[in-house]
Amino acid sequence: MSEYRQREQSVTLSALPQEPGAGGQEPHEELLTLNFGPHHPATHGVLRLLVTLQGEIVRSIKPVIGYVHTGIEKTAEDKSYWKVIPVVERMDYLAYYFNALAYVGAVEALLEVDVPKRAQYLRVIHLELNRIASHLIWLGTSALDLGAVSIFLYCLRERELILDLFEMSSGQRMHTRYFQVGGVIEDIPPGFEGKLREFCAVMPARADQYRAILDANQLILQRLRGTCPLDADSLLQLGVTGPLLRAAGNPWDLRKAAPYSSYEDFDFKIPVGTVGDNYDRFAVRVAEIYESVKIVEQAMAGLPEGPYITGDRKVALPPRHELATSMEALIHHFKLVTEGFRVPPGEVYNAIEGPRGELGCFVRSDGSSKPARVHMRDSSFVNLQALSKMAEGSYIADMIATLAMLDPILGGIDR
Amino acid sequence: VPDATGLELLARELRETKGVGAEGVLGTLHFRGRGTIEVAPARVRAVLAALRERGYRFLASVHGVDYYPQEPRLGVHYELLDMSRVDRLTVKLRVSTAAAEVDSVVPAGEDGPGWPTADHQEREVYDMFGVRFAGHPDLRRILMPEDYKGYPQRRDFPVGGEPVIFTYNERAAEGAGTVSGGAPTEPPQ
Repeated sequence: MSEYRQREQSVTLSALPQEPGAGGQEPHEELLTLNFGPHHPATHGVLRLLVTLQGEIVRSIKPVIGYVHTGIEKTAEDKSYWKVIPVVERMDYLAYYFNALAYVGAVEALLEVDVPKRAQYLRVIHLELNRIASHLIWLGTSALDLGAVSIFLYCLRERELILDLFEMSSGQRMHTRYFQVGGVIEDIPPGFEGKLREFCAVMPARADQYRAILDANQLILQRLRGTCPLDADSLLQLGVTGPLLRAAGNPWDLRKAAPYSSYEDFDFKIPVGTVGDNYDRFAVRVAEIYESVKIVEQAMAGLPEGPYITGDRKVALPPRHELATSMEALIHHFKLVTEGFRVPPGEVYNAIEGPRGELGCFVRSDGSSKPARVHMRDSSFVNLQALSKMAEGSYIADMIATLAMLDPILGGIDR
Repeated sequence: VPDATGLELLARELRETKGVGAEGVLGTLHFRGRGTIEVAPARVRAVLAALRERGYRFLASVHGVDYYPQEPRLGVHYELLDMSRVDRLTVKLRVSTAAAEVDSVVPAGEDGPGWPTADHQEREVYDMFGVRFAGHPDLRRILMPEDYKGYPQRRDFPVGGEPVIFTYNERAAEGAGTVSGGAPTEPPQ
């Protein structure tokens, strides 16, 4: 046997610390600190990780964030309440309906405005479509990280259908500003229901196809099964919620636990995992796509008649046709567009279930027409703290898979 | 918290708890169906530990507020959640800008295992408001650059107070960007 072959055979791939000097080699105890990112295709944005490696094994991870910090919370303090909606939507740019609802819900609580039932159902339809779209991007980019390229194109194909629906209802494909304080900006147009039903018919079949591609693929399974698990207790200590917590077997979901926006009317299941490894994180999110389709179908079938925004003219714009005939309406319109509405002083923290976990919005009002403080408790920001706990002691390749399954959105982390 | 009475009872229980004491709880507020307990800054660890015993085991969020022009100006909010009763409670404290120091709730201590989730969030409060958390394992700026001066989320920090650095004002802008020296320099004639 040649010297080279002997050396090759002496290399052990065990995750356990190696005996110094095993196989007559130099000890592989030396630590290497690797700068990973901020511009790296596997970091899902501009995330920088300082990774300390011992051979192929990750010994410590330090995330460095802030590269896309744009001061959105500060900007929000300088805008009237209804003008804040477009800026908060740009935080977590894959979950814009969720950001809008977290904020709008907090303002509605301060104002004590009731949202009409039809608006609540319309919100649920858009929220769940947004959840599917967010999970599709996650699935596509995660598969890219694991080396499967074609699935990304399939996922974006279905996401296009969702964005077409958003364009129909609001005129925008992303950052739609569809949710307003007190309801939604406009009723859904004719033809929306038909397109939505087409989508609901096609999506579960497509999700079956994704599962056929990924869930039956030995390479994907070996990358995911049993890698980087973390138990539910540690996740709760770290503040992790959402699919990551459910993958570890804790069925906590705010849509069930503390229903908002009429989620109690719908029949859906909460997918949970068992051990909390990367495979469970993958399986829980894919299963959520089916459940979201079920919610959308029920909300569309049971969509009640009635107004789509509150009739309180101090908060919501009057219908356009009234401006030509009613002086009152014109005054209200003018006041709302120029100054905005005033909100009684107080502080409210409003939490909803986003695609990545608890998405909370804290709004403090000082009685003026601009919020005195808007803070988003972004789930990615909190969940990122769990990465080092999950991935330390595993291979660097598993760290990439774990980061993909964590689904961080840097726009939300940095705000 | 179910109602104002329940919140008051909880506050009384806290006052009787060892480590918190009568002066530890400053007041309660029941607003829009949400309960808030205001505590003395020095007792926050004891209060959170006592509330953990009562089921509030999940710390959902830590965030800062600037109450300018009221005094004491800065506030830190801890949003607690009891997952079995699905009950939220806000613990709030106020500190002045001159003595903006609070015990960090991150590390484990004799009063309990700590709240590791507050690590990044306390760093954000420090970064944005300048509240220092004593005992925090790694208190550095998190979103702003590490050499940044000033605390941008304070209410007296102007929007647009950040000078835009061009080649001609590169030198002059260095060290500016704080609350007092925010005005951009004039371009050369």
